[in-house]
Amino acid sequence: MTRRAAYFGQRALPVLTVLTLLLALWYGAAVWLNAPWIADQDRRAGLPPPGLSQLVPAVWAQERPVLPAPHQVIAELAKSTLGTAVTSKKSLVYHGWITVSAALAGFAIGTLLGAFLAVGIVHNKAMDLSVMPWAIASQTIPILAIAPMIIVVMNSLGLQGLLPKAVISAFLCFFPVLVGMVKGLRSPEPMQLDLLSTYGAAKGQTLRLLRLPASVPYLFASLKVGIAASLVGAIVGELPTGAVAGLGARLLSGSYYGQTVQIWAALMAAAMVSAALVGAIGAAERVTLRRMGMAP
Amino acid sequence: MKDKVGSAVIEAKNLQLVFQTADGPVHALKDVNLTINRGEFVSFIGPSGCGKTTFLRAVAALETPTGGSLTVNGMTPDQARRARAYGYVFQAAGLYPWRTIAGNIRLPLEIMGFSKAEQESRVARVLDLVELSSFAAKFPWQLSGGMQQRASIARALAFDADILLMDEPFGALDEIVRDRLNEELLRLWARTGKTIGFVTHSIPEAVYLSTKIVVMSPRPGRITDIIDSPLPHERPLEIRDSPAFIEIAQRVREGLRAGHVDD
Repeated sequence: MTRRAAYFGQRALPVLTVLTLLLALWYGAAVWLNAPWIADQDRRAGLPPPGLSQLVPAVWAQERPVLPAPHQVIAELAKSTLGTAVTSKKSLVYHGWITVSAALAGFAIGTLLGAFLAVGIVHNKAMDLSVMPWAIASQTIPILAIAPMIIVVMNSLGLQGLLPKAVISAFLCFFPVLVGMVKGLRSPEPMQLDLLSTYGAAKGQTLRLLRLPASVPYLFASLKVGIAASLVGAIVGELPTGAVAGLGARLLSGSYYGQTVQIWAALMAAAMVSAALVGAIGAAERVTLRRMGMAP
Repeated sequence: MKDKVGSAVIEAKNLQLVFQTADGPVHALKDVNLTINRGEFVSFIGPSGCGKTTFLRAVAALETPTGGSLTVNGMTPDQARRARAYGYVFQAAGLYPWRTIAGNIRLPLEIMGFSKAEQESRVARVLDLVELSSFAAKFPWQLSGGMQQRASIARALAFDADILLMDEPFGALDEIVRDRLNEELLRLWARTGKTIGFVTHSIPEAVYLSTKIVVMSPRPGRITDIIDSPLPHERPLEIRDSPAFIEIAQRVREGLRAGHVDD
């Protein structure tokens, strides 16, 4: 067996098997969920109940299905990305970028905030005792409840558009970064801290030379969680603004007009963007750790 | 006077150290009296819990004594630490995985603010001293355990402190590697003339390396015997089969047995 074939057998085959199974389940579910509507229409028109051979194509081509078939979602995705100018309000690329730019801005704010708080918590007993409980409490608030408040308050201050959404993203994203960084900054063994103490190292030197480098693997694990949370935050932040623009707006307007295919296409787009962002962090992690000599 | 060979470098008088634990106070060191002179190689030997590591850590200001006096170069241990009077070698090499071997040895030099040129020349010199010059650009995971420990000794030597404190530095290594490193350490000591405090629980290692052997026993941690070695400074590995060597080893063993309480 060639190496490529071996690779295919080990890595690709299981993934493809699961994917095929999922698609089969999806198509089956589409028939099951959408058939009653078709049958109902036929009954009202006085037609005899449709046979399976008529039912299945009708179900998979329905305009507003309860559950659209995968090919309908893919067709909608293709139409709204490749088939539409990116500046158009019907383009998913346009809406996607609006959401992603807010998510990335929120990710940057949240990461910085989480990292700074973590440094403070590790170095200051009072902060350790006071900040952590509040950080944990902040995450017990349902984001759907606090998002409209943030939008309203910031709007009254004259802030609209990207920034309020970024704040919601940052609110979700700072927590995993905070927890990961606190763990990472505390990860050096007592012996390594003793060693720096024998050199008469200052606190700042200990932070820069030992704690920060030691926290890098923890930081990347947190960033992967954080970036996905940022995207969720940005989408949630788009819901209370009345569906102007962004992936959240597509979801909302789709649900207003019963455009289930559009909803699913926006959902898929969000999932793919999220996977791509997490993948990008993973790539940055591999490069960084290899550069630092911490991975072969 | 202070720099003369043979003058006192480390002096402990009635040193006490009590740890407060959940199970009540633990007497880690009780009435320890010891003088270590310049250029001596002093080994501390005893079973676990006898306070040998605690004593070394107290000298390094990593533990604070609860009674008596302890001076290093005539200063308190903490002043000596700030004056960078000693290099400390731990049981594990503790190299930073994100730094190359040269980068790890440069670490204390960066902290102490040596110039870039000075850093490079010192790193090159100590790498040569521990025979790791060709591994300067390697990362720790690319080296064997023995080589990592040599790198950590080089790191402790880099800033040229007069005192070298070593806490079971070869404890985790196999016997063959340990023998070689012992020989190298003796050569290094002869070349640099440093004062060395060395914790071990191997009798042959203690006898082979030391000019003075401090035998300790636990509960409470105390000194039971101090043996000045009559062995010559030049010590080939074969010296371990000589009658003089065996005689000292015998005395150390007896000292350990006398202090041993079976409980």
